[in-house]
Amino acid sequence: MTDPLDETIRIEGGQVLATLIRLTGDIDRAEDALHDAVVTAADAWRRDGIPEKPGAWLTTVARNKALDRMRREAHRLPKEAEAFRLLTESAGEEADHDGRDDRLRLLFTCCHPALSPESQVALALRTICGLTTVEIARLFLVPEATIGQRISRAKAKIAKARIPYRVPDAHELPDRLRAVLTTVYSVFTAGHHAPLGELDERVDLADEAIRLARVLVELMPDEAECIGLLALSLATNARRRARTDGDGEIVLLADQDRSLWDHEAISEAATLVDSVLRRGRPGAYQIQAAIACLHGIAPSYAETDWSQIAELYALLEQRWPTPVVRVNRAVAVAEVCGPRAGLDLLTDLAGGTAERWHLYWSTRADFLRRLGDTAAAAEAYRQALACPCNDSDRRFLTRRLTELESPRP
Amino acid sequence: MPRYAALIYGIEDNGESDPELWSKIMAEYMHFGEAGGAAGVIGGGEALQPTSTATTVHVTGGAKGGDVIATDGPFAETKEALGGFYLLDCKDLDEALKWAAQIPGAWHGRVEVRPVIDFSQM
Repeated sequence: MTDPLDETIRIEGGQVLATLIRLTGDIDRAEDALHDAVVTAADAWRRDGIPEKPGAWLTTVARNKALDRMRREAHRLPKEAEAFRLLTESAGEEADHDGRDDRLRLLFTCCHPALSPESQVALALRTICGLTTVEIARLFLVPEATIGQRISRAKAKIAKARIPYRVPDAHELPDRLRAVLTTVYSVFTAGHHAPLGELDERVDLADEAIRLARVLVELMPDEAECIGLLALSLATNARRRARTDGDGEIVLLADQDRSLWDHEAISEAATLVDSVLRRGRPGAYQIQAAIACLHGIAPSYAETDWSQIAELYALLEQRWPTPVVRVNRAVAVAEVCGPRAGLDLLTDLAGGTAERWHLYWSTRADFLRRLGDTAAAAEAYRQALACPCNDSDRRFLTRRLTELESPRP
Repeated sequence: MPRYAALIYGIEDNGESDPELWSKIMAEYMHFGEAGGAAGVIGGGEALQPTSTATTVHVTGGAKGGDVIATDGPFAETKEALGGFYLLDCKDLDEALKWAAQIPGAWHGRVEVRPVIDFSQM
């Protein structure tokens, strides 16, 4: 059974932290206060039972903890006195505050152009979604220490250079958008592929990203890429229930039970894609959304419009030349032209960052297996297993490797 | 009110080569000074003589009392040099960046915005 406190922190922690940051005006101070409140909750909830609104309980207790700390420091530090004044003035305000504005405000702060793009994403995932540095490191294929450094540097800059907590004015919005979209998409990815541990789907994180994407569309209806992002998240998330079987094992797209897909979400996504592509400004999210919708409307894996998907990936690669896009393009091309063509597209990636990504190796392994090169395929699966991946990925790869090494008679 | 230093970097040119451009830039700075002054944002600032007039002083030994060595110019000859600065009193970085973008040096070169340490807060 999940611990109710862990559950509250996982689901509502980001919201609580965003509100605390608004109230205290400082990320570190907010994190300290939340930590204090969690320690208090561990005792109080066991003793008195779980409060009716656990998130609001944490916010109130954390706010009081922050007040205590700052009251102690206020007499010697003018900065603390100022923060204390702010916090006291805002007392009671959070009761009817839904916190949505806080998260959006924090999102724009995390995605401020004065921070490096890498720091923006890391900070948002840490503060808004409550991911650990290990989880973020896994998502971006970089060492944990690097992520830790990016986050602490960004927090220091926000505090020292006074990067404000506010939603940008209308005329600034488009410029600030790109980083925000990247961040929301990273949140979705984090939800869709749980970084570490036994259980996959961080369901609420994916829902959270979709909710954030809806807010972005509402805020910036003229921005085609906001709609692209929403459609992409919806269409991808629609396949969620079919992605794993009853034992939590990964089910490949080819083997998924398509009746488990959320066809209502797919049709919402397809409608969004159709309307937004007509605006004639196809960006990376719109292209990916179009791909996801082509998968979503296909009656079976074999009857998927692979040649259009391959073309869309080629278009995407022009805008966004990453190993991930290349690997996906190779998969689509292999469906149209065979595994040799797919393998050829992976050649450029050898020796690069892709080699730390298990899907690069397992895709390669699959092409080699289909070409009958069992020894090379097995070696590629072993390389995949040497990369960071979650338990169900690991079991899937091990199963594939075992099948290769002991072929059925 | 937090204070920021807006450090103006650009290619050094006294304007001898193009007096017309020089007077245009001067007019632009005049305009910025009026706008920033009226808004109460400019807390100070100076324009610097070119690095060819600079003298670098170093005291050897890593402690007070060492030999004083004065050399001509800055340490390294870079293409762009610090040509002047403003002190901007702004409520946050967004406001400071907004004003920094109106300094003519931002389009003739570039402007580095750095928060000033407030020792009364330490």
